[in-house]
Amino acid sequence: MSQAFLLIMPALTLTNISKTYAPPAGGLKKWLSASSRKSRGFQALKDVSLTVEHGEFFGLLGPNGAGKTTLISILAGLARATSGTASVCGHDVVADYKQSRRSLGVVPQELVYDPFFTVRETLRLQSGYFGLRNNDDWIDEILANLGLADKADANMRALSGGMKRRVLVAQALVHRPPVIILDEPTAGVDVDLRRTLWEFISRLNKEGHTILLTTHYLEEAEALCGRIAMLKSGRVVALDTTQALLARVGGTDLEDAFVRIMHSDDALEMLA
Amino acid sequence: MTAPMTQPQAGMGSGFPTLLRKELMRFWKVGFQTVAAPVLTALLYLLVFAHVLEGRVNVYGSVPYTSFLIPGLMMMSMLQNAFANPSSSLIQSRISGNLVFVLLPPLSHRQIFSAYLLAAIARGLCVGACVWLVALFFIALPPANPLWVLAFAVLSCGIMGALGIIAGLWSEKFDQMAAFQNFLILPATFLSGVFYSIHSLPPFWQAVSHWNPIFYTIDGFRYGFFSVSDVSPWRSLAVVTGVFAVLCLCTLRLLASGYKLRN
Repeated sequence: MSQAFLLIMPALTLTNISKTYAPPAGGLKKWLSASSRKSRGFQALKDVSLTVEHGEFFGLLGPNGAGKTTLISILAGLARATSGTASVCGHDVVADYKQSRRSLGVVPQELVYDPFFTVRETLRLQSGYFGLRNNDDWIDEILANLGLADKADANMRALSGGMKRRVLVAQALVHRPPVIILDEPTAGVDVDLRRTLWEFISRLNKEGHTILLTTHYLEEAEALCGRIAMLKSGRVVALDTTQALLARVGGTDLEDAFVRIMHSDDALEMLA
Repeated sequence: MTAPMTQPQAGMGSGFPTLLRKELMRFWKVGFQTVAAPVLTALLYLLVFAHVLEGRVNVYGSVPYTSFLIPGLMMMSMLQNAFANPSSSLIQSRISGNLVFVLLPPLSHRQIFSAYLLAAIARGLCVGACVWLVALFFIALPPANPLWVLAFAVLSCGIMGALGIIAGLWSEKFDQMAAFQNFLILPATFLSGVFYSIHSLPPFWQAVSHWNPIFYTIDGFRYGFFSVSDVSPWRSLAVVTGVFAVLCLCTLRLLASGYKLRN
């Protein structure tokens, strides 16, 4: 694919993505259970199509189980779509997975860490997985910006939940990805971290990084996101600029608009 | 706002050396558990069995039983630890969720396989070498054919490393992993001629032993020390190489398919 073509491709593209998880019963249980033989599994995403342009701060909202994390997993290569295609900066997430993953930094929803290593070792390892050696200058900058400088040599086990969350953000940024996905990054963290995190993420966005954010704190999404997509039961039921959504749905704020859309039997008709 | 970033930065190399280093650091950081403990276990076996059986069991004609036992214990320790390295790493990473840090970067299935396999071989060889060094306090055992010793050590650890990766991918819970380890790996390594020559077995069990690929790893390894073995070392080498190749292909295929890793 030519460089010029890649430059005009959107940051994220999802085309007719559907994802059905296989039924949980496997092996012997599958053969013994007549009901599971009939089961077609759980469809988490249904024909989702959307694009996110370079430099956008994009919000992906929806209730629990709407398919947000599945959609992110498909973009990140952690799950494979049952049908449809997805790409990051023009790189297909399956056929050209190396470039698509280099273009993407993901902050996972779960608070996960490797207890064997210190914060600095964790970040050096993550840099190395992306093939980056001697990345300490950038690692120091991330540590300073996320308020982790004095924890650089602390073991991951010794950190508080909020500090571990900061390390997750740092890990997603070690390879300076053009596109950053934050999957509920402020769940269960204190006000101080939220403020620090959003200042840093907003600065990265101003510097040209594309941000995709999922959150249940809708006031954060309203303040930060230029455009928003809402997922309900695996379908995109709203996709517009934040201001346009508020204007069309009505309500006092994004939370009000969100509740109206989610409780509407036909959200698309409501937004027409 | 500055111009949007549209492509990743240039100059990114391979993530394989880092994943290999991480897997090596992982066992080295807890060396008491991963190296010293299996060496102590082997030493205890050596003390007890050598004390009880020395002079009472005749193996390979003139070879003393303690000498016969040491390569068997070395290989048993190598096999068990080569299996434990990737299997424990994968199951712990999967259950704690940090496996995502290996799955998000642009590591190919071949790179992931090679890193876990080489780390498994390294741990196996490290434990084997330590058992040999500790055994020097009891009896000097210079290998008669060092190349045979090395070839069987590497291939055997490779077999168990690949099996460890498969077990780590398949197991979703610690008890599944424990079942794999206790009902398959442990009996296979114990009943493969570590403590005896299969010529001392009844014909039926001799025949059964010939179907156990682990037997060939120990028998070939022992040939490297004594130039004597139950079966031809070339036959052992062929079996061990063949099993290693098949397991490598199976493991690579599982990793390429994203089996239990990428939904």
